[in-house]
Amino acid sequence: MTVDSQNTGRAFYRKQADLLPEKAAPVTSVGALGWLRTNMFSGWFNTGLTLIAVYILWRIIPPIVDWVFLTSDVEGVDRFACTNSGACWAWLDQRIRQYLYGFYPADQIWRVNIAVILLFPALAPMLFSGMPYKRILSWFSLAYPVIATILIIGGLGLEPVSTNRFGGFMLNLIVGLSGIVLSLPVGIVLALARRSQLPIVRTLSVLFIEAVRGVPLLTLLFVSNIILPIFLPPDVTFDSLVRVIIMVTAFSAAYMAEVIRGGLQAIPRGQYEAAQAMGLNYSKMMALIILPQALKISIPGIVNTFIGLFKDTTLVILIGLFDILGIGKAMVANPDWQGLGTETYAFVACFFFVVCFSMSRYSVYLEKRLDTEERR
Amino acid sequence: MAAAAGIDNEAKSTNVLRLWTDERARGVILQVVVLVSLAAFIAMIVSNTLANLERAGLDVGFGFLDNPAFFEINQKLISYSSTSSYGRALIVGLLNTLLVAAMGIVTATIVGFSAGVLRLSPNWLVSRLVATYVETIRNIPVLLQIIFWWTILIELPKVADSVVIGGGIYLNNRGVRLPAPILEAGFGWVFFAFLLAVVATIMIATWAHRRHDKSGQTFPVFWVGLGLIIGLPLATHFALGQPVSWDVPVKQRFNYTGGFNIVPELVALWFALSVYTGAFISEIVRSGIMAVSKGQTEAASALGLRSGQTMRLVVIPQALRVIIPPLTSQYLNLTKNSSLAIAIGYQDVVATGNIILNQSGRSLEIVGIWMLIYLSLSLLTSAFMNWYNKHISLVER
Repeated sequence: MTVDSQNTGRAFYRKQADLLPEKAAPVTSVGALGWLRTNMFSGWFNTGLTLIAVYILWRIIPPIVDWVFLTSDVEGVDRFACTNSGACWAWLDQRIRQYLYGFYPADQIWRVNIAVILLFPALAPMLFSGMPYKRILSWFSLAYPVIATILIIGGLGLEPVSTNRFGGFMLNLIVGLSGIVLSLPVGIVLALARRSQLPIVRTLSVLFIEAVRGVPLLTLLFVSNIILPIFLPPDVTFDSLVRVIIMVTAFSAAYMAEVIRGGLQAIPRGQYEAAQAMGLNYSKMMALIILPQALKISIPGIVNTFIGLFKDTTLVILIGLFDILGIGKAMVANPDWQGLGTETYAFVACFFFVVCFSMSRYSVYLEKRLDTEERR
Repeated sequence: MAAAAGIDNEAKSTNVLRLWTDERARGVILQVVVLVSLAAFIAMIVSNTLANLERAGLDVGFGFLDNPAFFEINQKLISYSSTSSYGRALIVGLLNTLLVAAMGIVTATIVGFSAGVLRLSPNWLVSRLVATYVETIRNIPVLLQIIFWWTILIELPKVADSVVIGGGIYLNNRGVRLPAPILEAGFGWVFFAFLLAVVATIMIATWAHRRHDKSGQTFPVFWVGLGLIIGLPLATHFALGQPVSWDVPVKQRFNYTGGFNIVPELVALWFALSVYTGAFISEIVRSGIMAVSKGQTEAASALGLRSGQTMRLVVIPQALRVIIPPLTSQYLNLTKNSSLAIAIGYQDVVATGNIILNQSGRSLEIVGIWMLIYLSLSLLTSAFMNWYNKHISLVER
């Protein structure tokens, strides 16, 4: 192998032992210190930015930790029980049920809890690939909306609960999930209609999409509250929750349609032609060839629309429903808990942050999973 | 209906089937069905509406806009009192919408561009910090943020213990009180000097550009222009004996007099919308800059451009093409989100309209006005941004 092993005695290159030992890299360019130097202190400008960032963190983090945990109060019946300088969490104990369930009858809350627990097996086969028992779970997913509706509203022997007792985070979830489930198919239909060859269908779709996207959701909610009763015969009334869900769905579907249209436009013409050459008709071509590809590239936009929709469920407080924000706003106005705005709204914000942030992380995961582009 | 004309009566059933398999005929049938059902739907709505209006004893018309409004508006850009008409109240509301939208668009753009560039910074700490801001703000409803800032602002100290910021600016639970400029005779000349400086700068820029094209010599247009635009009005200002004085707020027993006040509702709405939309804009800016390939930067430095020039002449013009379309929709979103003003009592066009609607019962007309206003704002903004987009877009073969 080496020259030595051939026993010639004439090594024409240096032996390992003759070489100077390898020196370790200077401490300033490897390890934690090196990382700091290249990432945070490379040049006066970068150093300045780092110092500013450290200063900001130092001004923000310790006071927040102090306020939330160290100097806060957790027990008491009203705000006067909170004597420390920090946050007052005494209301959590009393009000948590309202924040979660609104005015839902206390002895029936188990039904909502079951519906929420069942949501996870219903979502699982849609969210993750390689779930065991996928077939059975998929049937369950299809049945879930009916099961959940019966559980929450009542029927089949369960005591009926009027929708005006719904509230808290439960209301956000109901409006948000219904909107998400309904707006995707409506959005797909609108997007296909907008790209249709039929002029009347196309024009109507464009009019609907542009009109809805041009106005704030708030005015649409007002329309559902004020105008709908004028448009309908006097004996026909809609439940206010149903009206909200319809409006939220219509609003998101218009945005969804534009997102999906973008995806459809990105599919090369050859895909359509190949599908037609194989003898597929319009619905088969769309369902088997075009939409799977178009929806895949639209995932970030679709999830963003879902997140927007979920955040927009807070707008129901402006037409007199009490979602989690409405409950919080009412509590801040209550003399017992007046002046606790920061605590209340930070608490409410956590709920939305958890749900919306999970959705956006999931979309990143899904993008990676569905990425079938050939890599070079 | 050309296809329908050829139907043979004798073999009706097979022909109907054939009609359905013929793509063109199917299209026509589908559209006729859609049109007829739409017409039926509209007819139903119109007849219901007419019946309902008749029963309620209402008529449809815009004559009510001349009636006196009898309500106060706390923030107004034009003169308005409670005896002014409904129409005037709506205009005050519309101006308030435009005011907060314009203010929000300017600050959200600044916040968004800074955050987007900082997020791409090689500085780990800074980019993490900005990422935290963006991810937190984007995932919390804007309505919650508006109400939150408003709650903080109205919990500020009372007038008696206002927070003194300095320079005649005071902060209390009635809002922000600022010194107001008083323009005396001769200010027109200062303004004229400013206009003159702007025109001169544009002319110098054109001349420098032409000279650069011809000879390759550069000229410091930016610094000369800045000097002109700041220096000339300032020189005129002092030459004429300072024709602008400041009406500084003075503390009286119950409130401040002098200066002008920005209501807390406007400040909260403006701040929340800027921070919220800024987070979205920063993501747009980030993806826009990342969309410009690294080869462009390398080519620019191979040509001998300095890093500032690379950014200004090579990267940003290309990034803008990616940035402008989604930026437009963020501006529109901000304008539409300003309608959430009603939650905190800032009287924009939706809030004033809502009061009028409750007072007069004119729901159809008011909702019509809202739709018209927002749709035209959307169309105007997108028309302008489309024009700008065309102006900067890549000219291809």
